[in-house]
Amino acid sequence: MLLYGYPRENGTIGFRNHILVLPTVICAEKTARIMAEKAGVSIAHNFHGCGHIGEDYKIAKRTLEGIGKNPNVAAVLVVALGCEKIGGMELAQEISRSGKPVEVLAIQKDGGTASTIEKGVNILERWKSEIENIKRVPVGMENLLLGVKCGGSDTFSGIIANPVVGIAADKVVSMGGTVLLGEVTEFIGAEQCLVKRAANEEIAYQIKTMVNEYEKTMMSYGVDIRGTQPSLGNIEGGLTTIEEKSLGAIHKGGKSPIQEVILYGQKPSKRGLVIMDGPSQDVVCNTGMTASGAQIILFTTGLGTPVGSTIAPVVKITGTPETGIKMGCNMDYIVNGIIDGKNSIEKAGEELFNLMLEILNGKMLCCAEELGFDEFDFYRTSVNP
Amino acid sequence: MGRFIMIDGGDNVATALIGEKEGESVTIYFEEKRFEVMLKDTIAPGHKIAVRHILCGQQVIKYGYPIGTATEDILPGQHVHIHNVESTRGRGDKA
Repeated sequence: MLLYGYPRENGTIGFRNHILVLPTVICAEKTARIMAEKAGVSIAHNFHGCGHIGEDYKIAKRTLEGIGKNPNVAAVLVVALGCEKIGGMELAQEISRSGKPVEVLAIQKDGGTASTIEKGVNILERWKSEIENIKRVPVGMENLLLGVKCGGSDTFSGIIANPVVGIAADKVVSMGGTVLLGEVTEFIGAEQCLVKRAANEEIAYQIKTMVNEYEKTMMSYGVDIRGTQPSLGNIEGGLTTIEEKSLGAIHKGGKSPIQEVILYGQKPSKRGLVIMDGPSQDVVCNTGMTASGAQIILFTTGLGTPVGSTIAPVVKITGTPETGIKMGCNMDYIVNGIIDGKNSIEKAGEELFNLMLEILNGKMLCCAEELGFDEFDFYRTSVNP
Repeated sequence: MGRFIMIDGGDNVATALIGEKEGESVTIYFEEKRFEVMLKDTIAPGHKIAVRHILCGQQVIKYGYPIGTATEDILPGQHVHIHNVESTRGRGDKA
């Protein structure tokens, strides 16, 4: 077996054993943060949770539930204020359907912040000793959901780093695993390549519709995509248009057929390459993929970025030699030797795949984990009431 | 790889892998195709040059697909970037 993971009550497999403090709303975030820091456990920095309506509410609810259910999480302490839209009890009940230990505190009912923090720390300390008994067991690749992402892209992302991740992604799919490709904004101009690989007509239609919807939104707001895509950094790195950026970006998903299109933060029902709807902002996309159940994210960057996730390793890969030097402490894998012909995309892809296994198996942490980067944010759609 | 990479045989641009100075002569290969180009601009790593004459209004092709439209005539060896190429997608300003 190549993989060793923590078996969860519902049969899923975690590759990290996090205890997660999950505030339902921004008003409970600080309280949740204090208790997480005191106990030395993870926290989802939720700065939303109130005033959600319609589709926006569905996204928020699905994201928070998905983060709690992610197999990298062993136990969840939900911390509510008490009057917010996202109900603490309801959220805790939904997460506990996964079988893992879940408890809920509400600041308005549990005696204000001081008492809530004390109660929370007691629960967390108890769980800390309990999760030590969960041991890794050999597991198959079919248990893996790998997220692929690019951020701070330059031209070398599209011609080196993304194709290298694509090799690792194809390997995961060929061994029965699942790969999640997001960032629909960065399909614009490259959708014909994805449509060709759709497993059936319905998926082809979904891909086209998803991209059209994004473009239609920009039209309806009368905005020029060039105001943000490509970004100033992308342009400096040599990327001229969204079309060029997209054509490079999609390489990170590899060349496998596309088996399913899912909503932001939804759990895939198929194995193989799956597309997740949603925008491309780095932290927002990472959070969506972990809410969908991704246990690890391979993240390429041209200009460099430190961002991580509170519950999953976010492994940074760069194909830009300068970034490898300038941001060495944040880069997990620097693809060297391609420019001077001493290395190949295929060889680098194999090497990255092996590094990913080491990180999944807990033999090592990725840079973002080592440095404690635990960014969390999710996608919001409608107006704030 | 050479000093420039051309990704698809149908491309009319190539990407600099290392920085190149104006006035240098470079040869760009794609399989059996060969393009001799004199650089008309200094090119930073990751930036593109035209390998074929691109007329104003014609599509700029990379990865075998259009990445935008030329807003002026671009000669082989000229820098191809936001000053002479325009995105045709997501243009709500033109809606």
